[in-house]
Amino acid sequence: MNALAAVGAVVQVGGVLAGAPFVVGGMKQVRARLEGRSGGGIGQPWRDLRKQLRKQQLRPTGTTVVFRVAPAVAAGSALLIAAIIPLVTLGSPLDSSADLFGVVGLLFLGTVALTLAGLDTGTAFGGMGSSREITIAALVEPTILLAVFALSLPGHSANLAAIVSAASGDPAQALALGSVLAFVALVIVIVAETGRLPVDNPSTHLELTMIHEAMVLEYSGPRLALVEWASGMRLTVLLGLLANLFLPWGIAGAEPSLLGLLVGTAAIAVKVAVLALALAAVEVFIAKLRLFRVPELLAGSFLLALLAVTASSFLASAR
Amino acid sequence: MSTHPDPAAIPVGAHRVAQRVAPENLVVEVAGLLDAGFRLGLVAAHDDGPTLRVVYLFLAGAPDRRIELVVTVPVGDPRLPTLAALSFSASRFEREMHDLFGIVPEGHPLPRRLVRHAHWPAGWYPMRRDAGEPPPFTETEPYPFVPVEGDGVYEIPVGPVHAGVIEPGHFRFSVVGESILKLKARLWFTHRGVESLFEGLDARDAVHLAERISGDSAAAHGLAHSLAVEDALGLTLPDEAHRLRALLVELERLVNHVADIGALANDVGFSLALAHTQRLREELLRISAATTGHRLLRGSIRPGHVALLSLPDPARLERIAADLAEIADLALANTVIRDRFTGTAVLTDVQARDLGCLGYVARASGVGTDARLEHPTTPLPVEVAGQSDGDVLSRFLVRRDEVAASTRLATGLIRSASGRLVVDAEPVADGPASVRSGVGIVEGWRGTIVHRVEVDPDGRLTRVTVVDPSWFNWPALPTAMADTIVPDFPVSNKSFNLSYAGNDL
Repeated sequence: MNALAAVGAVVQVGGVLAGAPFVVGGMKQVRARLEGRSGGGIGQPWRDLRKQLRKQQLRPTGTTVVFRVAPAVAAGSALLIAAIIPLVTLGSPLDSSADLFGVVGLLFLGTVALTLAGLDTGTAFGGMGSSREITIAALVEPTILLAVFALSLPGHSANLAAIVSAASGDPAQALALGSVLAFVALVIVIVAETGRLPVDNPSTHLELTMIHEAMVLEYSGPRLALVEWASGMRLTVLLGLLANLFLPWGIAGAEPSLLGLLVGTAAIAVKVAVLALALAAVEVFIAKLRLFRVPELLAGSFLLALLAVTASSFLASAR
Repeated sequence: MSTHPDPAAIPVGAHRVAQRVAPENLVVEVAGLLDAGFRLGLVAAHDDGPTLRVVYLFLAGAPDRRIELVVTVPVGDPRLPTLAALSFSASRFEREMHDLFGIVPEGHPLPRRLVRHAHWPAGWYPMRRDAGEPPPFTETEPYPFVPVEGDGVYEIPVGPVHAGVIEPGHFRFSVVGESILKLKARLWFTHRGVESLFEGLDARDAVHLAERISGDSAAAHGLAHSLAVEDALGLTLPDEAHRLRALLVELERLVNHVADIGALANDVGFSLALAHTQRLREELLRISAATTGHRLLRGSIRPGHVALLSLPDPARLERIAADLAEIADLALANTVIRDRFTGTAVLTDVQARDLGCLGYVARASGVGTDARLEHPTTPLPVEVAGQSDGDVLSRFLVRRDEVAASTRLATGLIRSASGRLVVDAEPVADGPASVRSGVGIVEGWRGTIVHRVEVDPDGRLTRVTVVDPSWFNWPALPTAMADTIVPDFPVSNKSFNLSYAGNDL
């Protein structure tokens, strides 16, 4: 590890921080254009954040410290994930803790913080949203664990950098049966985890259908900005992780050069942009599932992840 | 049972007879009319000074028959036997009359408040002539929700202020997990006293108020009001005027159905359909503006008068209908949308009949009702769309089919138009010698609208009673929501798309 690796980690955090609103804006813009609308432009989420950050800080009567700190916990956990996972470089100073269980735990920490905040408001919508969110999270987290576990088998390590470097050492690995199954499972759980169609509709105004939005209905002003920023960052880091787990091309090594960092940054930006736009384009043509069908979808993705583990371990032992 | 109309009944208007009934005979008379296939169209109470007069208007179609039962009660002790055992809608009219006129329905199974919320003091009846200024609000009157108790039951209060630009109404869900045990819709937050605002206005110059009863039904309410006034004043219009008016009502039907078809798909997350139906809606609004000078079709229909600026291009309407059919097919080809619509919020035909539902809500549950055929002003080739499952999908399909049928009707009216765009009633020598009543019935896009007016010899309105189809259809929504899950409420609610303003008046 060298000083540039630390720079790489800073670039990862800064890039996620600054880029997440553009990811969200880009997805909205693609959707608008495909629907025949002109859209607000990819900078609109940034303009919304600026507006919300200037607003007065309000705290609903009866809420406690849980409500106040939850947005910071959600945003902080997303940023920490951004710092430790291999996005730009494999050589993050926090690499030793870049264990896949640690990352899933951090992801869940953000989810739990917001669900508790939803309960803390004491409103019917907050409780309803929290109940739905935790139902989905309970089905999503094991699938993420299993899928990444399947990917860890070829590299014989649960360390994310080790998985990614194993994948970049053997590009054909990305087309192995276990990897393909794990990829599909991960795509489904990322869609569920980040509240996109067909699981949740991020653009709805109908409180009774909401999942994520219902939990955070009571937020306004700067805290709402933080919540929305955090949800954009979660989406960004998950897409980045997905990209690098399967297509690690261009990522800088553990001892990156300046050029390597530049290439790594450009590569991950392009990969995330492509994935986000593809996701948005698919969303145009799908509708939201009935809430009681969501567990069926997630059970399917869990099954795929389980098959991925089986396939990977079978192939790994056959080698 | 006696024949209807009763030989003792006297003619009082177009297809309409009135018959005085003693309060003790009311239940028997009403039972006879309901058995003979009549439906209760409207109940209008009047404060005549020493007595209160209640008019029960019963309607039957093909041939057009309208029978009024008139009952008077002393103002000092206003009591009437309840009709709740015979007709659910009558029981709600009785609760409304009790709130507004203080007429007590004796033996009513649920004599609770309806129009007036808890803050209105008991014993003050706003529609009485001596009511005076509204008294100060109180906090004392009980008007609770029925609590649902049990393990894990919780309540979700929604509204009256909602996200999005919609009207005020409060929904109280009693829920276990995500399943709805009971839904109570509390309305009348937007009660403006529209009926009393009409009083004293010149009968020929009050249509602007009727057009604002429910903003999305300006043409239909305006026409129902105009027909009622024409009935009262004895005005007759030539056939071509009725055909021009029918064209405007069909344009209104098209605009609202097109917008709602996209909104239904959007409520299950398919915003592509909404984006395109909004485009078609805007195009139809511009056609409306070119046709009448107003995007919401206001100002063209007046008592004894209809005036258009131009006729729409029928080819353009046909193209819009074809686009809409394509959007609807696109939505229905999506299996997730079909799954969300199918079997959601089922209203059975028995329920629809018992509640007295109207319009596409009734037609989607297999109850064929259409005032364009039952109470026509001019014979029109109306095709009635129908489904039988009573779920969200059925209501979606009925409205899709009505867009096609309505386009055929409208283009037929345009192509056969005489060319005269401004038509007036034949002049009449003098107005009514005494107070005369009139009834206007129109099939608006939501269903059958009924207006009843009374006009004094000076040509002023003394009483206007309005019934929007939403009044009959609102109780169907909580009924259909039983066994539905909470996140399916918005799309179910949209599939009924009832008017708050038209209900609350």
